[in-house]
Amino acid sequence: MSTIAKDTHHDHEHKPTGLKRWFFSTNHKDIGTLYLIFALTMFFVGGAMAMIIRAELFQPGLQFVDPQFYNSMVTIHALVMIFGAVMPAGVGLANWMIPLMIGAPDMALPRMNNMSFWILPFAFALLLSTIFMQGGGPAGGWTMYPPLVLQTGDAFPFLIFAVHFLGVSSIMGAINIIATVFNMRAPGMSLMQMPLFVWTWVITSFLLIASLPVLAGAVTMLLTDKYFGTSFFSAAGGGDPVLFQHIFWFFGHPEVYILALPAFGIVSSIIPTFSRKPLFGYASMVYATASIAILSFFVWAHHMFTVGLPIKGELFFMYATMLIAVPTGVKVFNWMATMWKGSMTFETPMLFAVAFVILFTIGGFSGLMLGITPVDFQYHDTYFVVAHFHYVLLTGAVFALMAAVYYWLPKWTGHMYDERLGKIHFWLSAISANVLFFPQHFLGLAGMPRRIPDYNIQFADFNMISSIGGFAYGLTQLLFIYIVIKCALGGKKAKSVSWEGARGLEWTVPSPAPFHTFETPPKIRKEMLENG
Amino acid sequence: MTNKGTKKTVIILFIVTVLMFGFGYAMVPLYDVFCKITGLNGKTIRVVESEVKKEYKTDRIVKIRFDSNINGDLPWKLKSNVKTMHVQPGKFYEATYVVENLYNGDVTGQAIPSVSPQVASLYFKKAECFCFINQLLKPGEVKEMVVRFEVDKDIPEEVTALTLSYTFFRAKKVAAK
Repeated sequence: MSTIAKDTHHDHEHKPTGLKRWFFSTNHKDIGTLYLIFALTMFFVGGAMAMIIRAELFQPGLQFVDPQFYNSMVTIHALVMIFGAVMPAGVGLANWMIPLMIGAPDMALPRMNNMSFWILPFAFALLLSTIFMQGGGPAGGWTMYPPLVLQTGDAFPFLIFAVHFLGVSSIMGAINIIATVFNMRAPGMSLMQMPLFVWTWVITSFLLIASLPVLAGAVTMLLTDKYFGTSFFSAAGGGDPVLFQHIFWFFGHPEVYILALPAFGIVSSIIPTFSRKPLFGYASMVYATASIAILSFFVWAHHMFTVGLPIKGELFFMYATMLIAVPTGVKVFNWMATMWKGSMTFETPMLFAVAFVILFTIGGFSGLMLGITPVDFQYHDTYFVVAHFHYVLLTGAVFALMAAVYYWLPKWTGHMYDERLGKIHFWLSAISANVLFFPQHFLGLAGMPRRIPDYNIQFADFNMISSIGGFAYGLTQLLFIYIVIKCALGGKKAKSVSWEGARGLEWTVPSPAPFHTFETPPKIRKEMLENG
Repeated sequence: MTNKGTKKTVIILFIVTVLMFGFGYAMVPLYDVFCKITGLNGKTIRVVESEVKKEYKTDRIVKIRFDSNINGDLPWKLKSNVKTMHVQPGKFYEATYVVENLYNGDVTGQAIPSVSPQVASLYFKKAECFCFINQLLKPGEVKEMVVRFEVDKDIPEEVTALTLSYTFFRAKKVAAK
């Protein structure tokens, strides 16, 4: 069908219409769009909770919300941002771009793809409904440590089943991605020619498959501890609450790379394009990503240095944590070397990508500080930790996702976005995010604890600065919605190669990408490939 | 659309998923074994008196401190009759605790022992202990309870004192049956 000339091609696109198109879709592009819209919605839901948190922390004392509600906001903000915004956004990009990047007509399992998306709205309906329940939403932190989490009221089973659903959805998505990449690449495209975005998603998928079932097991144990009289984590019955932390972080540490690796892939696509040079050290990038993934299963206890680990254990986990800095450093230096002597231009995607490299590295360094055991005893559970993971997740993962949207928006919509507004969005975001999170380092070093709605008067100034940054960042993101909608509705026509230096199979199809692409596999020529 | 290769990949990945779910549960016994071998977490070893070898002579004295706690849920009072004891490794000793139910109803409790420093928990052996079973107390009942223990002769030289701590928890309904 795709061998027919382009203009007649459109007549053959049996595109279902109306609600049916979206509810029953098996098309990777439609499902990708659904994922991205869902992620953006959740980004604003979680963002609204962050605004409540920052409003409460604007001044010392209790102003707006009671502590129980504040804690449930902290807990649900984290769950929504991790499982509702960053992960679905990544899966949405994977759905849209992986088949286009490897020359496949669709994902390997299109029906399962539909199901893994449509589980998400139901899972979040379960989770978000808890806010209105007797006893309020879960307020024991997203890490769900027993025995505290077992004191959750009616919300408890909803929390557990929401986590189960999210896990099932992500695992199905991961299986789909691996099956697609391993079986549906266009003939002539070897694994080591795939774009790095595809590589990072393959590795992320393996992390998902290996770690999410462990989380499912851990929360199931919580459930049976509360309702069925088991004592996995109850000291009275011979269990041990510390065991939960071990199981949870065995999932939890790979999870942070599940959030970060796709961002690495995105940046590795964007920086070469706007530097007009191929990616420096492609093979080392692949190996570095794989090493990070493998190492991530051996560092979990650095989240629990203060539970009373034996000194040998603390040393082991400290050194293993330090080791992760090596492959991560390889990546950062490769991105810098890619830019070195390139003909660089700074369109919005590039701005976000460069900001990612700088700000993610700051978050990486504060992570190293936290990884030093004796130092962690001071930093543990302070705002320093909050600053650290927001640098790697907000100015890291979220900035990369923003970069990806700007980069591929012309391919999705067929229009160029408003570059001037895009740049305003970038600069406002970059400045406000730093105003928001940088002072939190100082707060943490001075000893301000996290997850508490009130604080000592000495922390007042930095908290006010941080809150102002928070409100500015939140408002700025409304501009992003405007830019995306404006671009979807119209604008300058995008060429099939939307960026001057762009390479890769996704740029060989017209913009906007037709409903069906690569129904006959493309003939691969080296110069077409991103990493030929 | 689904070709043979895809099917195989999916089956393998599904098996991995199930195995990893199982691994989460396997961490429970693994953790217990790990803690027992290394003596982490203050988990003590139970022995039967007859299995213990003959007493032997030594000049060493180890000081034992007795500590008692009540978990917030439980309306009880717990007190050790002795605060400290000086014991010879390899000999059996008895210490007694007194527990009182302050609630006007039957309550079942379970004591959980813990020994610190952690390394000492490997060498602290109980032949008889009120913590081996649930304790049922009637309203206002006061009960004296015994722990019979031995400090192993192999206990490292640098350990000159250890603390035996009990925390009473309200026993779970299921466990009480």
